[in-house]
Amino acid sequence: MSDESQQPTSPKHDPKLCQACGERPATVHLTKVTDDLVSVEHLCENCAAEKGVESPAPPANFPLSDFLAQMGGGEAGAAKGAPPEADSSAECGYCGLTYAKFRETGRLGCPHCWVTFETQLRGLVRRVHGSAHHAGKVYLPQDPTAADRVRRLESLRERLDRAVDSEDFERAAEIRDAIQTLEGR
Amino acid sequence: MSGEEHRHGGGPFSDIPDYGLDWLDASGPDSGIVLSTRVRLARNLQGHAFGLRSRLNDRLAVLNQIQTAVPSVGALDGAEVRVLTDLENRMQRVLMERRLVSPDLLGKADEGPHRGAAVVLPPGNPVSVMVNEEDHLRLQSVASGLRLREAWGTMDRLDEELGEILPFAYHPEFGFLTSCPTNVGTGLRASVLMHLPGLVLTKEIGKVLQGLGQVGLTFRGLYGEGSEVVGNFFQVSNQTTLGKSEDDLIDHLERIVRQVIQYEQQAREVLLRDARSVTEDKIWRAYGLLRYARSLSFEELMNLLSGVRLGASQKLLPGLRVYSLNKIMIFTQPAHLEQAAGRELPPTECDLHRAAYVRRILAAEGAVISDGDDPDPSPAPESDV
Repeated sequence: MSDESQQPTSPKHDPKLCQACGERPATVHLTKVTDDLVSVEHLCENCAAEKGVESPAPPANFPLSDFLAQMGGGEAGAAKGAPPEADSSAECGYCGLTYAKFRETGRLGCPHCWVTFETQLRGLVRRVHGSAHHAGKVYLPQDPTAADRVRRLESLRERLDRAVDSEDFERAAEIRDAIQTLEGR
Repeated sequence: MSGEEHRHGGGPFSDIPDYGLDWLDASGPDSGIVLSTRVRLARNLQGHAFGLRSRLNDRLAVLNQIQTAVPSVGALDGAEVRVLTDLENRMQRVLMERRLVSPDLLGKADEGPHRGAAVVLPPGNPVSVMVNEEDHLRLQSVASGLRLREAWGTMDRLDEELGEILPFAYHPEFGFLTSCPTNVGTGLRASVLMHLPGLVLTKEIGKVLQGLGQVGLTFRGLYGEGSEVVGNFFQVSNQTTLGKSEDDLIDHLERIVRQVIQYEQQAREVLLRDARSVTEDKIWRAYGLLRYARSLSFEELMNLLSGVRLGASQKLLPGLRVYSLNKIMIFTQPAHLEQAAGRELPPTECDLHRAAYVRRILAAEGAVISDGDDPDPSPAPESDV
């Protein structure tokens, strides 16, 4: 959820109007849980889209097929507030998968599909996971750029702090070695 | 009786050693309630189509890359790469019953596994790698009892080593790329297999399971996705894989599982306080049936085993080891029974072999001494055990 506004909802806000522009009716109600705090944002579709929230579909705890059905062109997809239909005929240049085919199977064809359908997938994973940003381990590609190294080092340092905090000294030593190796490269 | 001819690592199972069975020893923390902890990571290699859309050359290239990598990975020291199409059908099912390969990796019943489907099994190491399933690689680590940190640490080391050799598919925003968007990001699924008869019998289980959904966790039956809950066994796992670090996902699951353990312990206390004689009667009847029955379906066995396991972990069946009960769960599955018998077994015969196996294991456990006819339910004296 790091990409979304952490503004708490004002108790005086009229939930019928968009909280961001105050003009258009609020049709997107975004419930966010940050640590133990639950907050709700009421937005119109335009402001929601600006914030990267693409659909008023309910968050998480939904089987993927239901999400995909909602995104499809069928009756469920035509429901009020559904996102504009993505170009279903767009095709992955590597494996040839179309977005329509992905909706049928729920499975992507290859790593490149994640780039081809990036926009649609960003909305989908946000609804499935409540976030579209990886916050886990940072992988160092085999041909790393300077930026890749920096990101990896930052991630390792965070993990080192955490290992020390939780008194996992064996793990801490391993991470420290990995940091030194990377710095020495 | 000394007839433990099915001991893993020996006899008819010698061609598939102890792989994946270390968790049976019930040595882990809270093993009276938590059977095992599993952590898996989904990883894919750059430049190849994912499982469903992969062509033969993709799958063989992935298999070749992992085969080449294995000897240089310390965490996979001495590992064998078992190509499924080279194994007999029964052996494939034995691996599935040990949860080292998934039903999907075995393919459709009439077609069998795809070429290129394989599993990497290092001896004496609680990790395994499925190759060419829905994702190119599914790394798995298993531990006895509640050991999420340990299982994650093992997994993390293997992942780091493999990632240095193999070009993982990774996206700075989405993380580790997977075939299904529900696994993207960390690719991590941590699950804890819990036995919760107390919560089921006190009818509190519904609330607990509902609560899991509200805190981002989910539950499944014994055999994973889509499987029924049998014998009061529940697999609790994280629902989402993206937006939180692996450490956060693991810590969150552990915190909630500890709460569920506490609820289960409270429920067991309530049962033994308010309905002790009924509960004891159920447990002893279950033990009696298992000890002497001549035919047992797997479902009936699992339900009886649930009562006996409750009795063993609450010391109501003194002298019965949880280890033996864990072993019964694994070795009474159809392919394991067929492997021991050395031939195919039709279902009715399978039930006979299952009952015979259970009788042998329980007999080998020795006498389980009760307080006999004593209406005063005091615990059995230590010397009788």
